[in-house]
Amino acid sequence: MDLKTLTYIAVFGSFGLYFAIAWWARAGSTSEFYAAGGGVGPLANGMAIGADWMSAASFISMAGLIAFLGYGGSVFLMGWTGGYVLLAMCLAPYLRKHGKFTVPEFIGDRYYSKTARIVAVACLIIASLTYVIGQMKGVGVAFSRFLEVDYGLGLGIGMCVVWVYAVLGGMKGITYTQIAQYVVLIFAYTVPAVFISLHLTGNPIPQLGLGSTMADGSGVYLLDKLDLVVTDLGFKEYTTSKLGSGINMFAYTLSLMVGTAGLPHVIMRFFTVPSVKAARASAGYALVFIALLYTVAPAVGAMARLNLMNTIEPSPGQHLVYEERPQWFKDWENTGLLKFEDKNGDGKIQYTADEEKNEMVKIDRDIMVLANPAIANLPNWVIALVAAGGLAAALSTAAGLLLAISSSISHDLMKGVLTPNLSEKNELLSSRIIMTIAILVAGYLGLNPPGFAAGTVALAFGLAASSIFPALMMGIFSKRISGTAAIAGMCAGIGITMLYVFQHKGIMFIPGTAFLGDLEANWFFGISPNAFGIVGAIINFSVAFIVCKITGPAPAEIQQLVENFRTPAGAGAAHNH
Amino acid sequence: MTTDTPTYWQRNLRLIAKCLIIWFIVSYGFGLILVEPLNTIQLGGYKLGFWFAQQGSIYVFIALVFYYARAMNKLDEEFGVQE
Repeated sequence: MDLKTLTYIAVFGSFGLYFAIAWWARAGSTSEFYAAGGGVGPLANGMAIGADWMSAASFISMAGLIAFLGYGGSVFLMGWTGGYVLLAMCLAPYLRKHGKFTVPEFIGDRYYSKTARIVAVACLIIASLTYVIGQMKGVGVAFSRFLEVDYGLGLGIGMCVVWVYAVLGGMKGITYTQIAQYVVLIFAYTVPAVFISLHLTGNPIPQLGLGSTMADGSGVYLLDKLDLVVTDLGFKEYTTSKLGSGINMFAYTLSLMVGTAGLPHVIMRFFTVPSVKAARASAGYALVFIALLYTVAPAVGAMARLNLMNTIEPSPGQHLVYEERPQWFKDWENTGLLKFEDKNGDGKIQYTADEEKNEMVKIDRDIMVLANPAIANLPNWVIALVAAGGLAAALSTAAGLLLAISSSISHDLMKGVLTPNLSEKNELLSSRIIMTIAILVAGYLGLNPPGFAAGTVALAFGLAASSIFPALMMGIFSKRISGTAAIAGMCAGIGITMLYVFQHKGIMFIPGTAFLGDLEANWFFGISPNAFGIVGAIINFSVAFIVCKITGPAPAEIQQLVENFRTPAGAGAAHNH
Repeated sequence: MTTDTPTYWQRNLRLIAKCLIIWFIVSYGFGLILVEPLNTIQLGGYKLGFWFAQQGSIYVFIALVFYYARAMNKLDEEFGVQE
């Protein structure tokens, strides 16, 4: 069967499965819509968190970024796993014990303030919406390639699919569907990696293959070979090239970790487990399921880079003739995400680090994972599988995020503050309308995303890191921090981060509105906008402590509340008040 | 409660501090700050610093989360505060 037919079978087959599950487990009540009724076990929940977490950024984008950044790409690997340690120890058990549905609800209770709850809703929307833009970029890339259409049209189709899928479900539908999606995506990610690792090194386990010698009998280690190939063409050495300065890498990793622990769609997951004990275990299982992909990703990245280099320049000085380029090259040229320009007119492809001579004028990082199996000449069914996996990753996360956005608006803002006597039916209806609006906004902004999918998502983490994480940490670990202090902290943290991000990336990422330009020379201590979240977090903590010193501590009953959620005894199911 | 017998919360804080120190050492310590000296050591085809940054730290993170969950479950029972 040809690739197109196989891709349609894989994509539509897997979609059919998700929709069937979503329909079968569709949410009937608000508590099921938001938190799956609090009855999901730790193993299942861990797997659902894995699918929720591993988005288009992890699946489609990350290994491609690693392929071109080398060691510098480590910030994503450590950043997006290390946050679970913080989550498991510092947040999840206590938030579960408190037993509410949403993050703003917790913040509203702990800081005894509707204003705090509204500020949390605003922070959550800004961070989640930025995150959805990153997903839309991934969805657009995937659909444009597999339906062989322009990126813009691919994005439009993706928006429709996300809409049907997210609006139908709710948390309960999503939880079960996400388990199916996890299985599809991890299978789709590891199968080609195993094939490629086996082919290049003779070792079927990619994590070991990356540290093995080449199977060509030369006895050279794969990573040494890669270092040699890229430095020959003037690129930086793969295993040592940094992402900006050392400080930038440090800040970047810390921002991603802290952001992980502050992203509401992940934290929400811990409200759906039956007990505090299960919340702790869920974080562990989630990390295992995530690590399955994250420890394979560096192998995928390095091997994809090596295969790409070898295709374009099979041996030093021997260049690929453009007319003889492989089919995958033509396919990606059609999407506009891969571009060749014959600068010296010799009909051959020169790919070097020298801007003047380089003829691969565009290689969008986000195409690498999807193109990888074709570059490695794997059978068509593997390529079709990767398509299904990439879409599963993007869909599951987009749905989770949209749920977080819609629940915070309809549950926290409308029902909690503005119209407390909203009926359950209308609350469900309004959350579906809000999802639709969020998809439209994210799709529009996704047409001109502020970076590659993983980079855009990193900005979302910075925004979550600077606002929600400090508020939650202080709420749990300090009994004294008052509502006023937390509000001031959140506003200062997200304010300064947004100012920094927007001045370099454009106001709400609209092109042409960046008033300082995205130039390294303008960066504070060489910290890129993607890595700035941690600075915002530090400002958030500092402002809150100072304001608390001036205006006095939280009242006694709040200190009692904190005392109460610090111990697991007496936790009931998540309840509504 | 006297200072000699730490409370449930103090024991929890100590455990978190212990885990986070290890968390910091494997990722920021080995993977970023000390990456260059560690890269002079080879682990198979991996430079050791590179391995910690792209593989090793993740394995340690998993171990830490499960260790913490187990230790806390024991602590809950010791203090009789389990669910």
